[in-house]
Amino acid sequence: MYYGELSGLKLGAATRDAFGDALKELGAKHPEVVVVDADVGNSTRTEPFMKAFPERSFNVGIAESNMVSVASGLASCGKTAVCSSFATFLLSNAFDQLRMSVAFPKMNVKFVGSHSGISIGEDGPSQMGIEDVSLACSLPGVKVIVPSDAVQTAAATAAMLAEHGPIYLRTGRSKVAILYPNGCDFQIGKAIQLRDGSDVTIIANGLMVAAAVDAATELAKAGVSARVLDMHTVKPVDEEAIVKAARETQRIVVVEEHLMHGGLGSVVATVVSRTVPVPMAYVNVGDCFAESGDPQGLLDKYGLNPAAIVAAVKSVMG
Amino acid sequence: MAVSIEELQAKAKQLRKHIIRMTTAAGSGHPSSSLSAVEMITALYFGGFMKYRPQEPQWPSRDRFILSKGHAVPALYAAMAEAGYFTVEATMSLRKLGSVFEGHPNMARMPGIEASTGSLGQGLSIGLGQALGLRLDKLDSRVFVMTGDGELDEGQVWEAAAAAGKFKPGNLTLIVDQNGYQQTGATKDVLDMRPIADKFAAFGWHTQVVNGNCQANAFAALTIATNIKDRPTCIVSQTQKGFGILPLLEAEGDLNYHGKPLSAALAEKAIAFLGS
Ligand SMILES: Cc1ncc(C[n+]2csc(CCOP(=O)(O)OP(=O)(O)O)c2C)c(N)n1
Ligand SMILES: [Mg+2]
Repeated sequence: MYYGELSGLKLGAATRDAFGDALKELGAKHPEVVVVDADVGNSTRTEPFMKAFPERSFNVGIAESNMVSVASGLASCGKTAVCSSFATFLLSNAFDQLRMSVAFPKMNVKFVGSHSGISIGEDGPSQMGIEDVSLACSLPGVKVIVPSDAVQTAAATAAMLAEHGPIYLRTGRSKVAILYPNGCDFQIGKAIQLRDGSDVTIIANGLMVAAAVDAATELAKAGVSARVLDMHTVKPVDEEAIVKAARETQRIVVVEEHLMHGGLGSVVATVVSRTVPVPMAYVNVGDCFAESGDPQGLLDKYGLNPAAIVAAVKSVMG
Repeated sequence: MAVSIEELQAKAKQLRKHIIRMTTAAGSGHPSSSLSAVEMITALYFGGFMKYRPQEPQWPSRDRFILSKGHAVPALYAAMAEAGYFTVEATMSLRKLGSVFEGHPNMARMPGIEASTGSLGQGLSIGLGQALGLRLDKLDSRVFVMTGDGELDEGQVWEAAAAAGKFKPGNLTLIVDQNGYQQTGATKDVLDMRPIADKFAAFGWHTQVVNGNCQANAFAALTIATNIKDRPTCIVSQTQKGFGILPLLEAEGDLNYHGKPLSAALAEKAIAFLGS
């Protein structure tokens, strides 16, 4: 079983793999792109680039703080510096470096966090990035992208490299359903409506978009018309799409593989509360650390599945 | 040698006066941390070791100076003013609302500042990234980084030291301003990182230990460092915090004098003490 299967979607590559392949391909066209990694290139998937372009690649060892500031120095010399680690090590271990060396001087650094969410499974909570989006969003001027499938991840990687300035890209370890056709349109900050609906809008990103589509499929059977928005950019968030959804569907459910505080749910709620206040519900990891286990077992246990989304929708339907 | 040691000494004296005036006018800041670094900064900016264009601060071929111990930025503003980036008068707005002369270096607001610092420990990593970037572009430019001795407590410095040992940028020079004090006391009491040169040497760096408040020694050390092109170089610059006005600080009973400006009366005395 995988999210999206119920809705007839095919299983595709993990977003980390799509990022790695796209990075290598784009690297050939863009000599200004350099990569700094901290001994996890074969996990974050910067490895294909690093093998193809060794002179532009720097493995600094298990030293995330140094990695981020080195990327900043490279960026200040005109490079497009990509650095990556597990989302939690990148954001938590090197947060001050992201703040001082990257965000504050507005450096052209793209920081990519893999192993996001609890769906990494067996390795357990020490490796799970579930606070990363909140931390990244707190950095002034930093854009935050959480792509939902392999196709979108490739497009997001290209868009990110084409844009000047600091950007956080969050990728995942598990294979995810293909939601988009090749060559689909992708713009940073522009949400994508996957399903139209009139009773409720489910706003999701990352792995949970396919789960939201499945939830909408289930809800349709019960006569509930759910709109699904892929909010791949958490910052700057697509306010227009949120306001439109609030106005037209009157109810919003926000779904993410992240802690409850400071993620997509908080960002959407901030927009809704000051524009078109409507009932909202949230599906997320809550306020806790998860545990080791098989990915699907964890997602079910921590309430990150279509059934949980359906239940949240019912809670706002009253 | 285009410039004489005497001329550099005269310049250093000017810098010291600017530092004292600036921080006393601001009513806050770190004059003693700035004063210890003056001879090295003077040698860098006026001894011919750095190529730069005040009228074109982003000139790609320039050499770069990163003040990782960002709280000593009055010394940098003073040097940049003397170099012609802006007037000395302008620096007197230090730390005032609306002034670009912020309390710590902010490259986003001031061209010629090569890194935004103030959170100690990051400058060497940034300098390493710049040295690697310049090397990739085959530019004959050097990156100079200055840290404090207390700053060496930060683990990131050693991540950078090790990585520089690996990538061997021959265009990276670190100056450790070893003034013997940090915020809450003497470095030997707070966290003794000595022997400093031995640690960098162990990571494959070229090292020197010099009297960094001796203008001739500072000049000689930079001459040696800038002639080494096959590995990173570290100058352990042994200095005194507040150098130049030490007897006055001693009379105040505080040889660290960390993070406080001189009173107007003391500043006046200090400037007179420095002489013309
Ligand atoms: C990461 C970080 N921690 C703490 C401080 C506060 N702080 C400012 S200066 C200083 C002491 C620095 O000592 P040293 O590096 O020896 O510089 P000196 O003032 O002696 O030149 C401290 C702890 C800081 N700026 N950054
Ligand atoms: Mg010190």
